[in-house]
Amino acid sequence: MNVRLYVWQRGTAALMVPLVAVHLAVIFYATRQGLSAADILSRTRGSIAWASYYGLFVAAVSIHAAIGVRNVLTEWSPLTDRSAGRLAVAFGLLLAVLGFRAVAAVVL
Amino acid sequence: MTIARHLKHRTGTLWLAALVHRLSGLALAIFLPLHFLALGLAISGAATLDGFLRWTDQPLVKLSEVLLVFLLTVHLLGGVRVLVIENFDWRDGQKQLATLAATISALVAFFFLVRVF
Amino acid sequence: MPERLTELSVSLWRGGAEGRYETYRVPRRDSQTVLDVVTYVQRHIDPTLSYRFACRVGMCGSCAMTVNGRPRWTCRTHVAKVAGSGTLEIGPLENLPVIKDLATDMAPFFEKWREAKGAFAPSRTRADAMPPIRPDSSARIAADAAIECINCGVCYAACDTVRWNADYLGPAALNRAWTLVNDERDAGNAARLAAVAAGGGCHACHSHQSCQEHCPLSLNPTASIAGLKRRTTRAYLKGELKP
Repeated sequence: MNVRLYVWQRGTAALMVPLVAVHLAVIFYATRQGLSAADILSRTRGSIAWASYYGLFVAAVSIHAAIGVRNVLTEWSPLTDRSAGRLAVAFGLLLAVLGFRAVAAVVL
Repeated sequence: MTIARHLKHRTGTLWLAALVHRLSGLALAIFLPLHFLALGLAISGAATLDGFLRWTDQPLVKLSEVLLVFLLTVHLLGGVRVLVIENFDWRDGQKQLATLAATISALVAFFFLVRVF
Repeated sequence: MPERLTELSVSLWRGGAEGRYETYRVPRRDSQTVLDVVTYVQRHIDPTLSYRFACRVGMCGSCAMTVNGRPRWTCRTHVAKVAGSGTLEIGPLENLPVIKDLATDMAPFFEKWREAKGAFAPSRTRADAMPPIRPDSSARIAADAAIECINCGVCYAACDTVRWNADYLGPAALNRAWTLVNDERDAGNAARLAAVAAGGGCHACHSHQSCQEHCPLSLNPTASIAGLKRRTTRAYLKGELKP
């Protein structure tokens, strides 16, 4: 991992510290309330706040997880750095596509 | 030389903390696409998502959720420890901090367990 | 009170990269060190055993080997401390090519030292005045904390990231680079920061701290590497580094 990948990985990590904390709180809240799908969606549909929060979260985790996976592949698998990099990019794109789709699903 | 020989002295707290951090990250990375697909069920309407949420009421699924809460928390806290090491002046007591991170994560997961069961 | 054992069963690695452990019986002595044991085998049992040592008193770092799975200085390891059940397993340092038996090839270790620009680059000539370096300046304190490294290779052998990542420069080389980054007289920091910011540089370190745990001089390469991470990140964000 060079300095550029490092900065992006640590940067998104730092960004996600408050995002994950909030997410854990949301998880606890939702399970306490026993929220149904209708309950959840009534809160998220049309909400700029939730769209921004989870949109940012998806972007950050896609980058962070992709670089993390790249590190694990280069150290623990026989793949070359280049192949590991390509696989990681593909994984990051998968997360971003599925993630933004999920955000759209609950917000639109 | 066999793997067993390599692992012989790899039992230190900090080595274990790094391993837990890496494995929790991998587990979360595998889980995430599934999580996104589940949420995407809302596209088909509340009823479809509700059907899925009913499925998650099963005890085995709830246990998996407890594990996920643990993994997320331990990855977060372990990551914070690394960010502090890398961005601030050195502080001793890393073994204690790592143990603390794991303990807090276990407690958070336990509170979640109590909540969902 | 456990019966005092009079003999030690010692397994020594014989061969190169391919080989096997062979067992020898060595008489136990008071205050015996692991180096004493290896020396006994070579002098009294098998003269074909190859191993390395020099000072015998914990100053040179030449006698580093893997003892019961951990890299240590054998001259500073008392048998009583590591051979609880009367058995010892001694192998060459890990992460380095084995020349023969207990002697490894240190060349890759020093090549990475050079790659990390671990050599002083002078900025003045003898005609210039000597720069006044205050020993209590924060830079000098940081350099002094890491300067005592004698290149024994124990940290390199202990590091899992070295084992997993062939490009990784390793804790010793990066620790040395850190001392020079903090040396006000040094003129080579542009090249040095670029070297440690590349793939395989300081950013590959996962802070396992195995280096710090095993260093016989109680140095802390993890802290030095963290310092390099801060320095390179700052330089990168300022546009001074182009990876």
